[in-house]
Amino acid sequence: MTLSGFPAVGETIHEERSKYRDITVTQVRDRRCLLFNVHRGDRNQTCILIDDPDRLVFDYTRMTFAGLLLQPKPERILIIGLGGGSIPLTFSDLFPNSRIDIVEIDEAVVDVAKEFFFFRETENMKVFVDDGRPFIKRAGIRNETYDYIVLDAFSGDYIPEHMLTLEFLEEVKRILSQTGVLVANTFSTSRLYDHESVTYQRAFNEFFNFKLPSSGNRIIITQADSLPPRGELVAEAQRIAGKMEKYGIPLLDYPRRLSARVDWDMSRRILTDQYSPGNLLRDN
Amino acid sequence: MAFISGFSIMTIEMLGARILSPYFGGSLSVWGSIITIFMLALAMGYLIGGRLSTRNPNAVTFAVFFIGAAVFSLPVILFANAIMEPIFLAIEDPRYGSLFASILLFFIPTAILGMISPYSVRLLVETHEHSGHMAGFLYFISTLGSAAGTLATSFYFVLWLEVNQILWGAVAALITAGCIILLAHYAQTSQSVKQTSRYENKQA
Repeated sequence: MTLSGFPAVGETIHEERSKYRDITVTQVRDRRCLLFNVHRGDRNQTCILIDDPDRLVFDYTRMTFAGLLLQPKPERILIIGLGGGSIPLTFSDLFPNSRIDIVEIDEAVVDVAKEFFFFRETENMKVFVDDGRPFIKRAGIRNETYDYIVLDAFSGDYIPEHMLTLEFLEEVKRILSQTGVLVANTFSTSRLYDHESVTYQRAFNEFFNFKLPSSGNRIIITQADSLPPRGELVAEAQRIAGKMEKYGIPLLDYPRRLSARVDWDMSRRILTDQYSPGNLLRDN
Repeated sequence: MAFISGFSIMTIEMLGARILSPYFGGSLSVWGSIITIFMLALAMGYLIGGRLSTRNPNAVTFAVFFIGAAVFSLPVILFANAIMEPIFLAIEDPRYGSLFASILLFFIPTAILGMISPYSVRLLVETHEHSGHMAGFLYFISTLGSAAGTLATSFYFVLWLEVNQILWGAVAALITAGCIILLAHYAQTSQSVKQTSRYENKQA
């Protein structure tokens, strides 16, 4: 999901209607973008620079890597929502020996990512065409754990309401390793911001709220344990910032942007499997 | 009454996806499972309701449909997770998992609700000439109820209430409808008993 979309000018190089959405690939000079449901909102899901495919184009994809400040060496990584695949490709490049599981509900998105966005599966990186919730529930039953979990299943246009609930977050928590980190791309505008915040707060007690002035996204970063002090984040950023340069991730700038301060309406109702009208709350 | 049954059918159906999604996800196939089972259950209900209407059609049986549908909806409220958990563990494929869960959760109450339409046609039709007119009118009312149930549930109820609260509302509406039918029936009977002793003799 990205709210800071560019208008879809340029040449359309691929168009298809999948089971879940309209998928469009456009290109302007060396900038190639994946768009969902163009006719309704012109929002870029992912963009890459085909001359410099390592570089992450959007703030929110870069922000996803702020979790490395809390967990710098993830051995098992789970990503819910493939998009154009730039987040998993970066992880795979950074940690070639780590196991990366990706869950994407729409097979057509997997094919487009492979054909147009340099995505490929490897020995250690596999895509599962499945819904994120049952995948996580099953992983929990098998007692599997992950060191780094990215929730990025919210395509701006439609919100999978069963992946916003307290019960879902409890299931995510169950598969988070002791030192694991959860990074969730969520909504920064509308009433949903408050509802999501109180729900994460109930599930995890506290979390880092990560926003950038240049981005419409809010990233939630949290852990099963209590959060580390800012000094540790700064030290970690200094240690690994060099490795992030080629992707364009300004990691040194991130620690001061992570806030644990409550800036939402705490009286909002928690989202549960019984009450989760995410798509209705977003528009109000 | 036809309105309430149509309304309840669609309220339960709309909530079906919400109930199944924690276990089977929100994919298109989950909706496919729910709609398939509702259609099959309604088809069976129409068949059985029509068959029953040929044997001594009466208001008490009609009321029992409403109360029965309410009673058989209770497992959806009380035991949904207990029913879905073993299915989730036994069946890996969410398509068949959701299909099987839909059968166990929704088939019986929906089939009973389906019996209401043909049975009410029989109760209301007095002459052959009027049967088509009456059937059309009943379909009109019950489908209008279905439209209202769909809209109210997906636009408003889920925004205000929890899933189980909405389901309790549907159960209460069905039980109330059943009770009203029974009350009206007995009021009518006792009235006609008072009016004509001939009728009384016949009954005896």
